[in-house]
Amino acid sequence: MNASLSKLVGGKEGLVGLAVLAAIIFVVLPLGVDIFRLNLVGKYLTYAFVAVSLVLLWGNGGILSLGQGIFFGLGGYGMAMFMKLEASDPITTKIQTTPGIPDFMDWNQITSLPWFWEPFKSLPLTILIILTIPALFAYLIGFAMFKRRVGGVYFAIITQAIALILSILIVGQQGFTGGVNGITDLKTVWGWDTRNDSAKYILYYLNGFLLFGAILLSKYVLNSKFGMLLLAMRDKEERVRFSGYDVSNFKIFIFCLAAMISAVGGAMFTLQVGFMSPSFVGIVPSIEMVIFCAVGGRASLIGAVYGTLFVNFGKTFFSESYPELWLFIMGGLFIAVVMFFPDGLAGVWAKYSHKLNFFKKKSRLTTAAVTDSTKIDAGKKTVKEIDVTNIKGAKA
Amino acid sequence: MSNTDFVLAIEDLTVSFDGFKAVDNLTMYIDKNELRVVIGPNGAGKTTVLDLICGKTKSTNGSIKFMNKELTKLSEHEIVREGVGRKFQTPSIYENLSVYQNLEVSYPKGRSVWGSLFFKRTAEVKEQVFKIAEEIMLTNFLDMEAALLSHGQKQWLEIGMLLMQDPQLLMLDEPVAGMSAKERDQTAELLNKISNNRSVLVIEHDMEFVKKIAHKVTVLHQGKILAEGPMDQVQEDEKVIEVYLGH
Repeated sequence: MNASLSKLVGGKEGLVGLAVLAAIIFVVLPLGVDIFRLNLVGKYLTYAFVAVSLVLLWGNGGILSLGQGIFFGLGGYGMAMFMKLEASDPITTKIQTTPGIPDFMDWNQITSLPWFWEPFKSLPLTILIILTIPALFAYLIGFAMFKRRVGGVYFAIITQAIALILSILIVGQQGFTGGVNGITDLKTVWGWDTRNDSAKYILYYLNGFLLFGAILLSKYVLNSKFGMLLLAMRDKEERVRFSGYDVSNFKIFIFCLAAMISAVGGAMFTLQVGFMSPSFVGIVPSIEMVIFCAVGGRASLIGAVYGTLFVNFGKTFFSESYPELWLFIMGGLFIAVVMFFPDGLAGVWAKYSHKLNFFKKKSRLTTAAVTDSTKIDAGKKTVKEIDVTNIKGAKA
Repeated sequence: MSNTDFVLAIEDLTVSFDGFKAVDNLTMYIDKNELRVVIGPNGAGKTTVLDLICGKTKSTNGSIKFMNKELTKLSEHEIVREGVGRKFQTPSIYENLSVYQNLEVSYPKGRSVWGSLFFKRTAEVKEQVFKIAEEIMLTNFLDMEAALLSHGQKQWLEIGMLLMQDPQLLMLDEPVAGMSAKERDQTAELLNKISNNRSVLVIEHDMEFVKKIAHKVTVLHQGKILAEGPMDQVQEDEKVIEVYLGH
C-alpha cells in the first residue's frame, strides 16, 4: 500500500475498520436479512451520511448544527421533484384538470408548472442541483454567521430555527411542495422502476458505495492540514486566528461540505424509500441525527455509521414492541452518552480494544522515543496511542 | 505620518472604552532587532497595547505602522501575515494535538482553505519543526500531547509556534509568569537569541527578568508613557518609583 493511500484510510488500523464496515454493509447484511429489512437498513444508512457530516462539523470542527435536516431535506426534495415529474406524464395524469403536472398541484388549482420545478425535468440537472444548492445555501448561512463570529450555542439555535422555518415553509406552500404529505407516489428514474426487489438491491449498494465515498473524502479532509486546523480551532480559535488563518473561511467550507454530504444522503433516501416529506427536514430529525452521531462517537467517521445503525435498529425494535416508550429511551440514551460515554461507541471500542492489544502496542512503544518522520506521517491517531502507552508506562 | 526606519511606529494611539481611555495618546517606536520591555502597574494598558497592535482591539484614534504599513485597518490574520506574532498571557496552545502538530499547524504555508487541503508535509516543513523544537527545548517531547507539558513548556511551545512563522515582530505577554527560576533563565536566554534577527516586544512584571533581557524599557501608567529608556535610567526615575517600583 503506498503512502498516500495509507494516509487516506488512516493506516493499518483505519483500513481494518473500513474493511469490517464494508463487510457488514456489502456482505453480511445483504445475505443475512430479507429485502424488506435490507431496504430499511438502506434507509438508515442514508441518515449515516448526515451523521458523517456531523463528525466533520461537530466532532472535529466543534460547530454544532442542529439543522442538518435542512440539507438532507433539500437533497431529498431535489430527487423527489425529479421523480414526481417523471411520474406525472400527461398520459398518467390525463384525468387532471391540467395533465402533466404533479397531482398535488392540480388539487391546489395550480395550472402550470412553477418555474423552479423546470430544472427537475432533467436528471443531470437534478443531480447538479442536489450537489450544489444545499452547499450554496450552507455557504450563505455560514457566511452570514461565521464572518460575524457567531458560533457555539447561537449557531446551533439559528440552524435549528432555519430548519423549523424550512419545514413550515414546505408545509405551508402545499401547491408547490406537496405540503405536509410531502411528495409521494414516486416510481421511476429515467424509466427504471425503483420499487421492485432488484432495484432495491442496486440502490442499496449504490447507497453503500456513496457512503464509503463520503467517508473516504471526509478522511482525506481530516488527515490533511485542514483537519488539524479544525481540531485546533475547536480548541483555541483565537490562537488559530492569530497564527494567520481566516478562521471563518475554514468554518464556511466545512459547513458547505457537511451540507453536500447530507444532501446526497437525502437524495438516496428518496430513491430508496419512494417519498420525501417535511418530517425529515425540521427540528426533530435534525436533532435525531445529532444523537446518531453522538452515540456512534462524534469524532469517529466509522463510529457515526454504527451509531446510526444502532439507534435506528433500536428505534425499529422498540417502536414495534413499545412505541410509546421509544422517545423516552432515545432521550435517556442521549443523556447516557453525554454523561458516561462522551466518545460514544467509538470511545468504548477504543478503550476495549486497547486492553486487547496491550502487548502489541508495548513493542511499538520502544520505537516511540526515536522521532522518525514516517510515524509522524501516520497521523495523530498513532501518535496519540503511543502517548497514552507512554504515560501508562511511566506511571507503572 | 511619514515613513520611518522603525519596525514599529505607534503614533498618537488612543482607545477608549465607553469614555475610559485605556491607551491615551501613546507614541512609541521600536527599532529593528530591538528587545523592548513594557512594564507598568496593573491596568496601565500594557495588554491593550498588544491587542491594538495585533488587531484584537480596534483603535479609536492614531496610527500603528509596521515596516511603514498601516495596521489599524487590517484584520487579525492579515496582520499576522504581515509578520507580527503575538503570544497570549495564558499559554494558548492546542492541547489535543501533539507538540509536533502544534508546530506544524503554525507553519506559514497552506493558510487558505484549499492550500491547507493540499498542503504537503515536505522535508522542509519537518526540518523547520525540528529546528524550532530544538530552540525551544522540546525536541524530546515532539510526540507528546501538548496538554501534558508543564506550564513553562507550554509557554515555550507557544513561542515556538510563533517562531515557525518567522515574524519580524514578536510580542509576548508575560512569558515567564508561573515559571521556575531555572525556566526563567532559560527563557531569558531564548529571548536574547530570538531578538538577534527580529524585534521583540515583551510585557513583564518580573524586574530581575526584565534586567536580563531588556534593551530598553517603556513604563506605562494610566495609558500613557511615564518613562522610557535603558533599565538603569528608568529605575532611577522619581515618577516610576512613585507609581510602580515603590520606595
